[in-house]
Amino acid sequence: MLNPVVLRITLRATLGRKRALVFLLVPLVLLLITVTLKLVAASPVWPAEFLGVFGFSVVLPLTALIIGTSVLGAEIDDGSIVHLLATPVSRTAVVLSKFAAAVALTIMFGALPEFVAAGIARGFGGKLALGLLAGALVASVAYNALFVMLSVLTTRAIAVGLLYLLVWEGLLGNLVGGVRVLSIGQYSVSVANSIAKASALNAHLTLTTAIVMGLAVTVATLAVAARRLSAFSVKGEAV
Amino acid sequence: MSGGCLIELRRVSRWYGNVVAVNDITMTIGPGITGLLGPNGAGKTTLLNLMAGFLEPSRGELTVAGAPSWRNPRSFEVLGLVPERDSVYAFLTGADFVASTARLHRLPDPGAAAQRAIEIVDMAATQDRRIATYSKGMRQRIKVAAALVHDPQVLLLDEPFNGMDPRQRLEMMDLLERMAGQGRTILFSSHILEEVERMSGTIQVIVGGRLAASGDFRAIRRLMTSRPHVFLVRTSADRALGAALIGRPAVTGVELTQRGLSVRTSDFGAFSRELAGLCRDGGIRLHELLPSDESLESVFSYLVTT
Repeated sequence: MLNPVVLRITLRATLGRKRALVFLLVPLVLLLITVTLKLVAASPVWPAEFLGVFGFSVVLPLTALIIGTSVLGAEIDDGSIVHLLATPVSRTAVVLSKFAAAVALTIMFGALPEFVAAGIARGFGGKLALGLLAGALVASVAYNALFVMLSVLTTRAIAVGLLYLLVWEGLLGNLVGGVRVLSIGQYSVSVANSIAKASALNAHLTLTTAIVMGLAVTVATLAVAARRLSAFSVKGEAV
Repeated sequence: MSGGCLIELRRVSRWYGNVVAVNDITMTIGPGITGLLGPNGAGKTTLLNLMAGFLEPSRGELTVAGAPSWRNPRSFEVLGLVPERDSVYAFLTGADFVASTARLHRLPDPGAAAQRAIEIVDMAATQDRRIATYSKGMRQRIKVAAALVHDPQVLLLDEPFNGMDPRQRLEMMDLLERMAGQGRTILFSSHILEEVERMSGTIQVIVGGRLAASGDFRAIRRLMTSRPHVFLVRTSADRALGAALIGRPAVTGVELTQRGLSVRTSDFGAFSRELAGLCRDGGIRLHELLPSDESLESVFSYLVTT
């Protein structure tokens, strides 16, 4: 169901420009702080604390937000999507290929840096590094599915995505227990915690719940995105 | 394939909220070249988007080659679309863009198909430049190449002459005529009647979302040249010139206004020839000659009422 041409053009559109350098900024900050903390931090649990909080509530969601909303959203906004849709390629294949590109890019600029940072902190074969990598992969997949869907549903996908991250995951997720079952952040740290076993990760779901819910959210949001793209309408001159 | 490449609309309407963009249009467009003409905002783009499956008809039935195009990407197996908007993947070279489109169509030999399409639009020399560096006319042509790459039976073009210089415009018209000559169904939109003066074929005139007129290009062209024209003439001796003009058969009315002479003529060609002669013979200096009713709306509304 993936279309290699769509995948290639999307990767080129994102990586082939200077703005791709911006994506390097966040991982660079993550690694710099990790190295600094390794040299000066006193607390023995700083890696799980720092990489859990900064990595899973800032680096991964924001990287996925920027990438996930732009792989398809940018083309919808400027109208160039018409060239892609004026071909017999199925809309599901378009959505899945865009999603795959976003996941690959988020792994590159979010998940791998997180893994490298954990490796620097505690060694690359350690439980923390592997756990954070597993959690980061879950985040790359589920967040992008959500953000790709938002970019098809609304032209204000970044704003809506930010609201979801700040209000739903950030605020309500900490205040209301039930929200955690519907929080991609919780799916990722819970998967990470199942391997890393670090209470500083602040994980509240079992591994099974995290995986089942993560998969369900991914499949459901991608299905909505494909459905909406099949009914893609160009804005007419009368609007 | 004859009969297989018709665009058929039966009582199609499309509205946005309470704005009606396309109002109860029934038409069949067959092989050959058809111009979709009308002033800006008449509903031409909406109509083309309906045909291409990028809008759902609010009411009515629309088929391309026998199948509805809405929610049916497979209609692009027989359909090619050149959108009006200029946004393309500017970071690709022209050759990359067309070849990628060929691959999206799953053509057996995408490279060869791309080369063929690029040669048709005469872009071989610049195909390796990035689209970002192209002029408006070049972008237009590379978009046509991409739309042609799968050899579609039906080609829709939204304002293809926009931003082209007269030579490019002639070449594009030749290209469209040639493709129409091969039995394809070519439909293009334009809001400038003069742009399409040389074309042969049929036209559909859309005004205010309705099909206002349809027919042969030549018939419409005759109407255009024989319609009454009004000119504003400022001279050194308006009254003397007015008296001379009213004696001419081509002139149907003269009025003295504060800004000069308002002259109505039924024969644009004869009037413009005679005016110069009259001025010379009477020793009158001609300061200004302005067409005062050349707005598109007046041309179209004249066509509609005829």
